[in-house]
Amino acid sequence: MHSLQSNPDTRADDWPSELYRILKAADVRQMSYVPDAGHSQLISLFSADRDVTTNVLTTEEEGVAIAAGAWLGGQRSVLLMQSSGVGNCINMLSLSAIGRFPLLMLVTMRGEWAEFNPWQVPMSRATQPSLEAIGLKVMRAETGEDLIETVESAAPLAYESDQQIAVLIGQRLIGKKKW
Amino acid sequence: MPMQAQLDRRAAVAALLKNRKDTLVVSGLGSPTYDLHSVGDHDGNFYLWGAMGGAALIGLGLAQAQPGKRVLALTGDGEQLMGLGGMATIGVARPRNLDIVVIDNQHFGETGMQASHTGRGVDLTAIAVACGFAATGTVRTLEEVARLATQLDETADGPRLFVIKVLAENPPRSLPSRDAVFIKNRFRAHLGFAAA
Repeated sequence: MHSLQSNPDTRADDWPSELYRILKAADVRQMSYVPDAGHSQLISLFSADRDVTTNVLTTEEEGVAIAAGAWLGGQRSVLLMQSSGVGNCINMLSLSAIGRFPLLMLVTMRGEWAEFNPWQVPMSRATQPSLEAIGLKVMRAETGEDLIETVESAAPLAYESDQQIAVLIGQRLIGKKKW
Repeated sequence: MPMQAQLDRRAAVAALLKNRKDTLVVSGLGSPTYDLHSVGDHDGNFYLWGAMGGAALIGLGLAQAQPGKRVLALTGDGEQLMGLGGMATIGVARPRNLDIVVIDNQHFGETGMQASHTGRGVDLTAIAVACGFAATGTVRTLEEVARLATQLDETADGPRLFVIKVLAENPPRSLPSRDAVFIKNRFRAHLGFAAA
């Protein structure tokens, strides 16, 4: 029999725990976020971790600045948000781009799959093009298994190759919002 | 009517950093970056030429990564006004080693000296109090700046924000490198971290 850790289906279903494990293994010491339902488990795991400093933000661009400061001080960080928050970040991302600061953003997508709120749609459409326009590398995952592999490869790209990366987590994976 | 500021910004920043010790400094875009450089370039300086609203928050990430060092975000009224939400984030984070000093000329000096909110009744220190900062204050003379410099060397229970009211004028620019990768790597090397 497979153990919980080695069963690929279980791993894929519990992708938030896997992302937490990957980011801890990558020595992430700061996490900042504007909440999203899709990130709730990852937020809880980091918030309970005394070795990680967690910042709740009023707007997502603050997290871009905090990530740069953390790196100046020798720490790796991760920034969590939903796609609507990407629009709030654009000018601040100049800092990451021009300073070649390692940046890893995990972005849960809204407005693209079984979405009930039309106000989420325009920024959903603008998320990837606007990130690419300001100079970020965009990676995207639609399944738990794919997401785990994507974050596993995004972390060294960010922290060891000084890249600015947004991983978009498809709304199909997050599931339909319960209303 | 608010008192007319008389203080020269360069003299104020020089007095503030006269006995700097190992404080790490992040400067907000525009005049505070020139002011910081005019005191003397330093490996522990990170100068912003953009990212408006980000100075204090870069300071937060840095302070959290370096809890044993004092961190100063030296910025202007316009830059801090763009980062008002960040004052709530910093208040909640409650770092004990982060200070924000706002060189407040009550104008957007870089863009033609248009009047800013701080000359029209908005009080950044009152906002800091409401966000739970450990100490705040407004200073207007060189003697008060010298006392503030001493106070900033003392330990704190949480973040502090001080406003230095200065004359609205643009002294000759003192320009640090605009190469953020260079400044970043120099800063990290100063703290003992190798470049990638």
